[in-house]
Amino acid sequence: MVSPILFWSFSLLMLVFGAAVVLNRNPVASALSLVVSFLGLAALFMSLNAFFVGIIQILVYAGAVMVLFLFIIMLLDLRAEKLRKINWPAVAGGLVVALIFLVQVLSVIGRFQPARQPFPPLSTSAIDDVRGIGLRLFDAYNLPFQIIGVLVLVATVGVVVLSKREFR
Amino acid sequence: MVTLGDYLTVSALLFTLGFAGVMLRRNIIIILMCLELMLNAANLSLVAFSRFHVQPGGTPNYDAEVFVFFIITVAAAEVAVGLAIIVALFRARQTTHVEDITALKF
Repeated sequence: MVSPILFWSFSLLMLVFGAAVVLNRNPVASALSLVVSFLGLAALFMSLNAFFVGIIQILVYAGAVMVLFLFIIMLLDLRAEKLRKINWPAVAGGLVVALIFLVQVLSVIGRFQPARQPFPPLSTSAIDDVRGIGLRLFDAYNLPFQIIGVLVLVATVGVVVLSKREFR
Repeated sequence: MVTLGDYLTVSALLFTLGFAGVMLRRNIIIILMCLELMLNAANLSLVAFSRFHVQPGGTPNYDAEVFVFFIITVAAAEVAVGLAIIVALFRARQTTHVEDITALKF
């Protein structure tokens, strides 16, 4: 199991840069903070022996999705937002709703008995998780896997249609 | 000793950050990034439960990791379509600020 120092340092990295995504005024800085936050999250996945999911996280999110975000920010030529008049009741309402949500979830976790137990040990064969996930994916989850392929195809066609100059 | 509860707490904090961002920010691109934060917080708790429910063979429960794989795929498709909609919106209105888009306001 992972040492507590590594766990808390990667959690802190992820949460600090996650807060930077929300607080930054410049969209490029937000996107780059999101990359660092996802790298911390990938480290947490690997601390849970989910090496395949961690690698996919880095490749898909820190690679492909963030390039897409930065490309769109560049294409729209977005600058740092000018300071607008802040709608204080809306900001306060949003913060209160988020805090109520956090208190609710933390109280549920606090009353959840298994949350206090340590993780049970794994056998040494658990290291080849790509094989385990692949067997599940192509055996028990074959139909959902093919449906997700159709979904990606539909998304591709939809993006091409949306990106055409004029709608007709 | 790191327990399941620690991972769930970190996941809840990350989800709350994304949720607060969606509620507070007015830039559509930032709102989309905060949606990604929330999806990834859900992924973290799924992977933590997958590691917690060790199967009789001594392996983690791979069903949860297959589910995470599906969530990542759907999130990537969602980002692609969402950003295409933002580009189309920017061409029509020259803004990414949600308070400037009032066509459906009653």
